[in-house]
Amino acid sequence: MKSGSNLEKVLLAGHFAFTGELGPPRGTSAEEVRQKASFLKDHVDAVNITDNQTAVVRMASWAASLILLQEGLEPNYQMVCRDRNRLAMQSDILGAYALGIRNMLCLSGDHVKFGDHPTAKGVFDIDSMQLIHTVKRMRDEGKFLGGADVEHPPRIFIGAASNPFADPFEWRVHRLAKKISAGVDFVQTQCIYNMEKFRTFIKMANDMGLTEKVYILAGVTPMKSVGMANYMKSKVPGMDVPDDVIKRLKGAEKGKVAEEGIKMACEQIEEFKTMKGVAGVHLMAIEWEHKVPEIAERAGVLPRPKV
Amino acid sequence: MIVAKRKPFDEIKQLLKGYKKVLNIGCGTCVAVCLTGGEKEVSVLNMEIDMARKLEDNPIQIDGFTIERQCDREYLEALDNRVNDYQALLSMACGAGIQFLAERYPHIPVLPAVDTTFIGVNQAVGWYEERCRSCSSCVLGLTGGICPVTMCAKGLYNGPCGGTNKGMCEIDSSQPCAWFMIYERLKEQGRLDCILEITPPVDWLNQIPRTLVQPGYKKPE
Repeated sequence: MKSGSNLEKVLLAGHFAFTGELGPPRGTSAEEVRQKASFLKDHVDAVNITDNQTAVVRMASWAASLILLQEGLEPNYQMVCRDRNRLAMQSDILGAYALGIRNMLCLSGDHVKFGDHPTAKGVFDIDSMQLIHTVKRMRDEGKFLGGADVEHPPRIFIGAASNPFADPFEWRVHRLAKKISAGVDFVQTQCIYNMEKFRTFIKMANDMGLTEKVYILAGVTPMKSVGMANYMKSKVPGMDVPDDVIKRLKGAEKGKVAEEGIKMACEQIEEFKTMKGVAGVHLMAIEWEHKVPEIAERAGVLPRPKV
Repeated sequence: MIVAKRKPFDEIKQLLKGYKKVLNIGCGTCVAVCLTGGEKEVSVLNMEIDMARKLEDNPIQIDGFTIERQCDREYLEALDNRVNDYQALLSMACGAGIQFLAERYPHIPVLPAVDTTFIGVNQAVGWYEERCRSCSSCVLGLTGGICPVTMCAKGLYNGPCGGTNKGMCEIDSSQPCAWFMIYERLKEQGRLDCILEITPPVDWLNQIPRTLVQPGYKKPE
């Protein structure tokens, strides 16, 4: 066992993992975090706590992660390379671990240009690949990047993201392989809508033996509306929304589009359960946390295993 | 070459406020090639300043003088006998030239007329693009001659990130994704193995002022 986190135990025991996501507030309300967390409790194995997502200032991800711990949920603490240098990152990892955080997701981070401080200096002292390796080195070798010893190394379950849809497609599995050699334990993918392309990606990963070395959690975001689907298709970089998906949503009865979106997500989850190389699902119900219990129920992933 | 951009006129005017006699010094090298701070640009700016100040009923004597390179003592020497007649010096050289000028004449205020912008290439007359951030540890040998530090908006050494969008960068659909280009070029050259290995964290060498003394040379005492 690398970290002893709930997520690690669930995956290690061979259960189909189910993780959720929570965006911290743009203010100081712990209550808001607790409220969102209440919908996720007992419905997911761990909850990703986003780190200034889309480069917009929010409550620190470690702080919101601690609130989750208080509520009895397991956080998956996200850390982006955009906002801090290697000193800050390593010290945050120590602090996070000291206070009970056991999972981390290492990301590059959206460019500051997208956010509410578009002229800020993006740090990117190290990149996501190097961050993964930094956490692994701290954990397994008990060494900081600079070479000094870490007293009581942090036992962190190391996560990363993978976007099977960004170009160049054929390079994506190699990038995943690089993350594996950097030391990643589990990977959550970008939201999947193009199932055919994802099947190809997973097949390539299976053929390269990658899925035996890393747990892959397939990213699912139910579409709430046709507008959301169109926005994801045209405005979100690296997102692949096939026309069929939009067509199906458009075909839904009036007032039933969100319902159709949930139905589609459940069908996807059903397929992922039996897809070789997929170890679970990461559900990103953006500002739709209250729907998670219903989705989890309908997707047949309840009750969550106690390990 | 070093590419610079003239400062907004109002900013230059503001910098010159309070001075009645100023020498505007051009530079005949990089900033002249990029049409920002050579002899011609010195005269154009001087005419504009002269006119603006006349209109304000606050005339200024602004003269121009362009030397070959403001980053070189040998050429700065030509100014030694001129600068003392002026209350301030305006420089149209890059930031290095401006500082070298200020260092040579510490008793005279030296003011910038340009914003130094980047180290770049001359794509066509009047069209320049950045190519180098002078990071002091060049990886172009591994990345197909495309700089990830300069050309990737996140300066990633192990790209591309998940935001690459049909070969373009997530920040701007007209900006090619550096890592997409790196991949394409290395693939073409049969050298993809160059980027299969993880590039370790970079030793940032540009965080303090750098000095270079070539072998066989010495810093003067």
